[in-house]
Amino acid sequence: MGSVQYHAPQSLEEAVPLLKEAQKTPSRILAGGTDLLIQMRAGVKTPDMLIDIKKIPEVTGIEIGPEEIRLGAATPSAVMDESVELHRQLPGVVEGMELIGSTQVQGRATPGGNLCNASPAGDGAPAMIAAGGQCVVFGSNGVRTIPVEEVCIAPGRTSLADDEFIQEFRFPTPKPGQADAYLRFIPRNEMDIAVVGVAANITVDASGTCTAAKVTLGAVGPTVVIADKVAELLVGTKLDDATLAKAGEMASGLGTPISDKRGTVEFRHRIAGVLTRRVIQIAATRAGERL
Amino acid sequence: MSKTHVTTTINGDAVEYLCEPDQSMLEVLRDNLELTGTKEGCATGDCGACSVSLDGRLVCSCLVLGVEAEGKQIETIEGIANGSELHPIQQKFLENAALQCGICTPGFIVATKALLAKNPDPTEEEARYFLAGNLCRCTGYDKIIRAVLDAAAEMRGAAS
Repeated sequence: MGSVQYHAPQSLEEAVPLLKEAQKTPSRILAGGTDLLIQMRAGVKTPDMLIDIKKIPEVTGIEIGPEEIRLGAATPSAVMDESVELHRQLPGVVEGMELIGSTQVQGRATPGGNLCNASPAGDGAPAMIAAGGQCVVFGSNGVRTIPVEEVCIAPGRTSLADDEFIQEFRFPTPKPGQADAYLRFIPRNEMDIAVVGVAANITVDASGTCTAAKVTLGAVGPTVVIADKVAELLVGTKLDDATLAKAGEMASGLGTPISDKRGTVEFRHRIAGVLTRRVIQIAATRAGERL
Repeated sequence: MSKTHVTTTINGDAVEYLCEPDQSMLEVLRDNLELTGTKEGCATGDCGACSVSLDGRLVCSCLVLGVEAEGKQIETIEGIANGSELHPIQQKFLENAALQCGICTPGFIVATKALLAKNPDPTEEEARYFLAGNLCRCTGYDKIIRAVLDAAAEMRGAAS
């Protein structure tokens, strides 16, 4: 890997001079390392400095409040999976993360790392976007907050500056009748990369009518596709079979997927429709149970 | 390049070492500390042969930097047996012939210990999913899964 300096700041304050240095020295932020260390070993990324953010208290942990849920960006996926309350509040966000890699990878992989790796097939982002997630971005000049969908701008590229990292995610705590879900298709049972992934965040009222919806699709374009038209179609309906069929059909036409060893363009379009239909149904069922 | 001084705990023993900042925990274990029980399969986090426990969490040691172990507790395959007495998981792997070439075995045993600590009575399906990140190219997995479920039964028996 060549020579590299390693720093593990213990606080946000301690990170500031390192982030300033990162504007001059090619650097990478180290969270779980499950993508970065492989990329370094392969020579794809060649930083001179690593800033390990896992020892900063604000960057890990889960806090669930009545209005807002805080998720530290470097919280391991396994810790998210073990949080009963996070499962209850944002099952779709947990599903996205817990599908990544093996038990071993789950012990290290983090939502901030998954997002900043900016893979078009990243499983973490679609549900975080559907849940209305915001990122608190810490930089050497202070803090700014941006929606999750504004982080990835192209495969492998983010909108974050060299002196910035994601400190935490914030989600509005779901209201009664609101729930989310994430589904992906892979060619095997476990340990693979999404061919297509779809998240839905659905709110229903006591009559079963959908009052709000957000649907997002991963791996059908360079970044996550937000299916506003599909969401519009759902609101005001009882999410009956005809509506779901139409939503699926609409989702099949979205994005600009590629053909690769995991699936062709045609297959990705088709499976996007199937997953959209199913994931809306799962989210709606969960939403009904939360009334 | 300057080496970093790391103080950590491995299998209950306080350990200090010097390592390059870009050395993986796997390289430190094998090359610096001569704990060669932990195996390198892929070195990309796919095969699980290098599984160790880091602060009680199962990880691939190839995806951890040696410098990240500062102040942590690491458990490797060398810490599983009690002196010359095999751990029930090791015993059941032998009895079920759950290994051929043996490269994946330390990783499987460390991962199985993590599984049974979390879930002492896993179903076959649960065991297979938990161990999906440990690859074996010899056995076809059936013997391994039988050994895991046998070890679970034995350990439950011993605990009750």
